[in-house]
Amino acid sequence: MRYLPLTEADRRSMLATIGVPSVDSLFRDVPEAARLSAPIEGLAPHAGEMEVERTIAAMAAKNISAGSVPSFLGAGAYRHHVPASVDHLIQRGEFLTSYTPYQPEVTQGTLQYLFEFQTQVALITGMDVANASLYDGATSCAEAVMMANRVTRRGKAVLSGGLHPHYRDVTLTNARFHGFEVVAAPADPEGEEDLLALIDDKTSCVVVQNPGFFGQVRDLTDLAAAVHAKGALLIVAVAEVVSLGLLTPPGEMGADIVVAEGQSIGNSLNFGGPYVGLFATRDKYVRHMPGRLTGQTVDAEGRRGWVLTLSTREQHIRREKATSNICTNSGLCALAFTIHMSLLGEEGFKRLARLNHAKAVQLADRLDGLKGVEVVSDSFFNEFTVRLKKPASKVVNKLAKHGILGGVPVSRLHPGDEALADLLLVTATETNTDADMEALAHGLKEALS
Amino acid sequence: MNTQGRKTHIDTLGVEGGNAASAAAGTISGNRALMLEEPLIFEQDSPGTTGVDLPEPPTFKPRLGKVRERGTIGLPGLSEPEVIRHYTRLSQKNFAIDSGLYPLGSCTMKHNPRLNEKLARLPGLSDIHPMQPERTVQGALELIDTLAHWLKTLTGMPAVAMSPAAGAHGELCGMAAIRAAIEDRDGSTSHRRRVLVPESAHGTNPATAAACGFTVDAIPADATGRVDLEALKAKLGDDVAAIMLTNPNTCGLFERDIIEIADAVHKAGAFFYCDGANFNAIVGRVRPADLGIDAMHINLHKTFSTPHGGGGPGSGPVVLSEALAKFVPLPYVVHGEDGFSLVESGEDDQANGKEFGRLKGFHGQMGMFVRALAYILSHGADGLRQVASDAVLNANYVMASLKDVMTASFEGPCMHEALFDDRFLKGTGVTTLDFAKAMIDEGYHPMTMYFPLVVHGAFLIEPTETESKQSLDAFIRVMRGLAERARSGDAEHFLGAPRMTPRRRLDETGAARKPVLRWVPEVSQAEAAE
Ligand SMILES: Cc1ncc(COP(=O)(O)O)c(C=O)c1O
Repeated sequence: MRYLPLTEADRRSMLATIGVPSVDSLFRDVPEAARLSAPIEGLAPHAGEMEVERTIAAMAAKNISAGSVPSFLGAGAYRHHVPASVDHLIQRGEFLTSYTPYQPEVTQGTLQYLFEFQTQVALITGMDVANASLYDGATSCAEAVMMANRVTRRGKAVLSGGLHPHYRDVTLTNARFHGFEVVAAPADPEGEEDLLALIDDKTSCVVVQNPGFFGQVRDLTDLAAAVHAKGALLIVAVAEVVSLGLLTPPGEMGADIVVAEGQSIGNSLNFGGPYVGLFATRDKYVRHMPGRLTGQTVDAEGRRGWVLTLSTREQHIRREKATSNICTNSGLCALAFTIHMSLLGEEGFKRLARLNHAKAVQLADRLDGLKGVEVVSDSFFNEFTVRLKKPASKVVNKLAKHGILGGVPVSRLHPGDEALADLLLVTATETNTDADMEALAHGLKEALS
Repeated sequence: MNTQGRKTHIDTLGVEGGNAASAAAGTISGNRALMLEEPLIFEQDSPGTTGVDLPEPPTFKPRLGKVRERGTIGLPGLSEPEVIRHYTRLSQKNFAIDSGLYPLGSCTMKHNPRLNEKLARLPGLSDIHPMQPERTVQGALELIDTLAHWLKTLTGMPAVAMSPAAGAHGELCGMAAIRAAIEDRDGSTSHRRRVLVPESAHGTNPATAAACGFTVDAIPADATGRVDLEALKAKLGDDVAAIMLTNPNTCGLFERDIIEIADAVHKAGAFFYCDGANFNAIVGRVRPADLGIDAMHINLHKTFSTPHGGGGPGSGPVVLSEALAKFVPLPYVVHGEDGFSLVESGEDDQANGKEFGRLKGFHGQMGMFVRALAYILSHGADGLRQVASDAVLNANYVMASLKDVMTASFEGPCMHEALFDDRFLKGTGVTTLDFAKAMIDEGYHPMTMYFPLVVHGAFLIEPTETESKQSLDAFIRVMRGLAERARSGDAEHFLGAPRMTPRRRLDETGAARKPVLRWVPEVSQAEAAE
């Protein structure tokens, strides 16, 4: 077996050193009844690269990859062009096959990129500090709510109806088991909700997504002031991080915590994971934050260097009193994010964002003229909602049969709400060509006729 | 560079100003041949430069409503060659399994096969959107289902929840399932809220129990490094929801009484959560189902070799017993007459009605699933069993070869990792930390230190099955040499280590006292100082 270096001779000589007759005797603490002697049921013997590749490639071949057809899917996962150098660099073994930087003298590489990552996240969100990543946008959202509960010593979160349903549901799961209250506003495609009416003196935080799940972009400045007046925190969730290259960042609108899904920068779609949760806040709340933090320091010779810091918040020190149970985070996805962001730079990131918005405006204009299609979102970044004259899930399936991934039916994420059955989320990114848009317009026309 | 203004707190360090290996000693650049100094990306800004050529969009009318376009962000501009060089240089400051033995106990730093990287990048797997119509992702659902099948087969358990993102997230999943099952059985006001956790447990165990609304009650270890069965029994009662036990445990030992423990826990009406971080020691040789376990997470990034990537991403599927099989998170894959589909909501016709909710966005760590499946198929039935055998053999070989010069904490045989404590350093003036830093100069990543907490100054050494005998012999030579050196009175050697690394010991106290968690431009630094 190519991954196992010991030879039979090695094994014999090692057993002699240990002073036991066989490997089985090393397992003598296992209760007799639980010792498995039969081979694993149904599993073939070891296989070479060729055979394994054949099996898995056959599964891959049964999927339609988004890049092979006109594709307009978003709803919290976005297809962007990732520069070739990103994937090349993250596959350097020194990054790929290293562990969490527990020994800083031999992991300055990881620590420095995490420090740079934290800085980039703080800059784009307009916040003071960011951590070294959490699992994804949805889990970051739940962590933010629990942090707001700690900061305010209150236990009731108000969630906007424009929050991604997965972010809402993960927060609800944590609420059920951790024990706090959640008031979730109903789905809000038109952007008309009045969140202030839901706040009382028990409210720890208000969570809004910007751009919202249905696409609208909002100025949150007044909401932030009103939330603060009630002694609560404003949490802003960003499911499409590229939007931060164009829109006033949440930090400038008064957000106390910003959580985001970082997948769009540096990371492929991967059928939903692994992704990377971004988490940023104000300096004064740093000690309430979940997750790892890298900090600057000096070494014994006075040279600048980096270490993991403020770990007295974390599970390995605080155990049941930790701010979160997270340990392994999304290190390599954070690396991909930070490399892509470094390649883009100020110019590139802003241009990418403008380009996305321009493509979406172009697509919205193209679709709005079609019979049976109405653009619902009056403002948006790269994703908007359209109302169709037929159930969106049926239309999407029809489009898929014609080789078009035409969008995400709202009913997939908000099931059971008849009023939303005709709504379709459509996204355009820099990867969509004019021909793609024509194909979608044409396909929709057919599917709706 | 702002390196002034903070005093190091590494008082014990014998800093020799004229050390030949130090940057101060030598070069104009601060570089030492292949060891290259690298400033922050923010310090390499040439404004206006970019490493990505994108077209400028044609003029169009923005639809941003009342939101203004943002001003300057402050991101640096660099070209592609500069970016490549930056990260290449950073990578060279890291130790990795690819570079050498990385015996970080409990973390399972085994070889990461490159075939798995290649397969995870097939466009049919990496370039598919999680919300594509199910008809267009049948292969992806089949892959998840296939991996789920092997995880169930290898553990003997009837169900598995695939969505947790890492081990700790799997713990959350398993403990949530347990709470949901208790509430289903005893009603939502059930007072079963106490969870028994051994003192040797990983920090995520008590943290998870607390995150699930349980209180944590520590159970002591006996003299053999295992759960004290009598003490455990004494703690069981009708307010106990579960026990969270790691097996093989964090001392690297198999819990001999595990079946009796399971029986006692079940008799008391509680559930048995097993932390499966150490499943790599028994895969193919023991099925957790045969031990009476109700829920166990499997760190795919440990047992099944998906790369740790400097701290993640991971994946933590949780296998579940019959009693818990319905209390799963959403979503999950089902196989029906016309192929595979996802149950994404409790409103789905195929839902069982007892699902406890969603744990993360979308469907789980697909990229990790591909790698783990490739690993399982590559090893096959014979290879997986050999993995556990060789992992245990290697650890026992290290134990046997060091126990006369270091102090083993417990009587062997051990499983996949060997635990020593610092008794052998008594009176030498050298601590476990100092010893670890000296290992770094010898070209090794240190073992896990000071964990588990049940022994003093722990050295937890996990070589894994992917080390050759030559590699282990070289490591053993170094460890023996260092142990002898410490006892010979040469504390100085350890206190000043490491000497040959890109940075020497770092001031962690100072870092925490006045945290600097991001770069700020020079100007604002100057302003802040005023
Ligand atoms: C024994 C044990 N339990 C739990 C964990 C947590 O796993 P993860 O880091 O994947 O969240 C670890 C790994 O660090 C561990 O070693």
